[in-house]
Amino acid sequence: MTAVADFGIVFGRVAFVILFVLNLGGLLTWVERKQSAIMQDRIGANRASIFGLRLFGLFHTLADALKMLSKEDFRPARADRFLYALAPFVSVFFGLVAFASIPFGPVVTAGGRSVPLQAVTLNVGVLYVFAMLSVGVYGVMMAGWSSSNNYALLGAQRAAALMISAEIAIGASIMGVIMVYGSLNLMDIAEGQGALLWGWLPKWGIITQPLAFILFVTAGIAATKRIPFDTPEGESEIIGYSVEYSGMKFGMFMMADFLETVVIAGMTTALFLGGWQVPYLLADGFHWPWGGVLSLPAALVVILQVAAFSLKVVVMIFFMMLIRWTLPRFRYDQAMRLGWLALFPLSILNVVLTGVVLLLVGGGGRG
Amino acid sequence: MTDRRPQAAARKNGAMTLWQRFYLVEVLSGVGLTAAHFFRNMARHIGHSLGRPVRGSVTIQYPEEHRGYSTRIRSLHRLVRREDGSPRCVACMMCETVCPARCIYIVADEHPNPDIEKVPARFDIDLGKCVFCGYCVEACPEDAIRMDTGIFEFSSYTRRGMIYTKEDLLALEPAGPDGRPQSPIPIPATRSH
Repeated sequence: MTAVADFGIVFGRVAFVILFVLNLGGLLTWVERKQSAIMQDRIGANRASIFGLRLFGLFHTLADALKMLSKEDFRPARADRFLYALAPFVSVFFGLVAFASIPFGPVVTAGGRSVPLQAVTLNVGVLYVFAMLSVGVYGVMMAGWSSSNNYALLGAQRAAALMISAEIAIGASIMGVIMVYGSLNLMDIAEGQGALLWGWLPKWGIITQPLAFILFVTAGIAATKRIPFDTPEGESEIIGYSVEYSGMKFGMFMMADFLETVVIAGMTTALFLGGWQVPYLLADGFHWPWGGVLSLPAALVVILQVAAFSLKVVVMIFFMMLIRWTLPRFRYDQAMRLGWLALFPLSILNVVLTGVVLLLVGGGGRG
Repeated sequence: MTDRRPQAAARKNGAMTLWQRFYLVEVLSGVGLTAAHFFRNMARHIGHSLGRPVRGSVTIQYPEEHRGYSTRIRSLHRLVRREDGSPRCVACMMCETVCPARCIYIVADEHPNPDIEKVPARFDIDLGKCVFCGYCVEACPEDAIRMDTGIFEFSSYTRRGMIYTKEDLLALEPAGPDGRPQSPIPIPATRSH
């Protein structure tokens, strides 16, 4: 009986994360169309309808999928058959699993069990996410190499170079966060952000590590390979790694970019925006900084916190979309220079500053 | 007068100022601009769906909505009729000669009235070739061809469907004072004869 219950709990945790990431990633095609349209005084795609029901163009997502599935599955004659077919799956797979160690809610204690609301509890959760994101670029490189197309190969090479310069900056910029909260476990980091500074300011990563937040978001957007860092692909002008792909295989590369956007947004939320924390909300209700307690049932608190996490991720995605539809693309050398000469040294500086401050304040860490 | 604003300085020598090279503030100001557009338009969209007279976009949803055109715009041709319904055209070939796209084909015939020398037996315009320059209207000595029907939507699935005969062109009415077409669009898109 307990085995069944355990299995059900694990299944539920994994299912929630997978459905959360997949649905959000799929919706992003719609968000991208509509948000860009509204930003540019347009209406956006709104013609797809089912029985006359348009629903703000939501069905364009379905129409896209149908179109891509029904297109010819083209393969270049001299392509490496195995790797060519494998590449999009690698891209999507690692985009999907990267979210696994990001907590979407607190550790729930019910019926003698304590269930952490994340798909996988990992002591090295932060490293896991970035390992998965880094491996994701293998799909891109496989695509570029196996297409037997020089332009695709060049695009893959640009992707790899961009990924490395972004990954370095990401890794270095989260060092400060890890120093402040003293853990590589994302659940611990999210819990640590529930503390209050001076009794009223939530100890979120964006407040303790503002520089790291900027660096992380910048490098994170670069890691998603989307504008303004879409040098690997360059939708309209330069040919990228996906040039030989069509139909759903191309769709999977696009999907992988969206999934990575969700992962970066989730990661930013977990590290800098307090994760699932709602300000002043503890396990038994709101504890206002000016005194007074608003008691809430435990289940409602959990629901509020999961909702807060989802909302933060969505807001972060909105912000990344805003960036994507505001800025023009960086040239390849500009992206490299930004990664290596701006983001990376500033991240190191942030680590040093954090160390100095922690030494002076004497806080941080967990012993 | 030298403009000392950072943007102006950057435009002059092509290089960015230190402030712009810092990039972050410029990015944020750009994001602020687009975000302001987003939220303003979003508020207007919501207001629009609540029935307020505001619009969140400049989009004209074409097949359902039409933008207004000038009443002087050159639209689908028509042949002007005499009082008895016969074409005013005397088949002088002026329009066929002047047409830069060579899309007008006229076959002349004798008019039963001896006062009128000729009448077109055929008057075909291949609108697939027409460039809507209006030279035919300018050239006509009889004011027999005009481009004032207000009709723009006459696309066809076939090339033959773009060829309008004398009978088609004679049946057309001028546009109303508001520039809207008075005659129905003469040929359905599936026309193939």
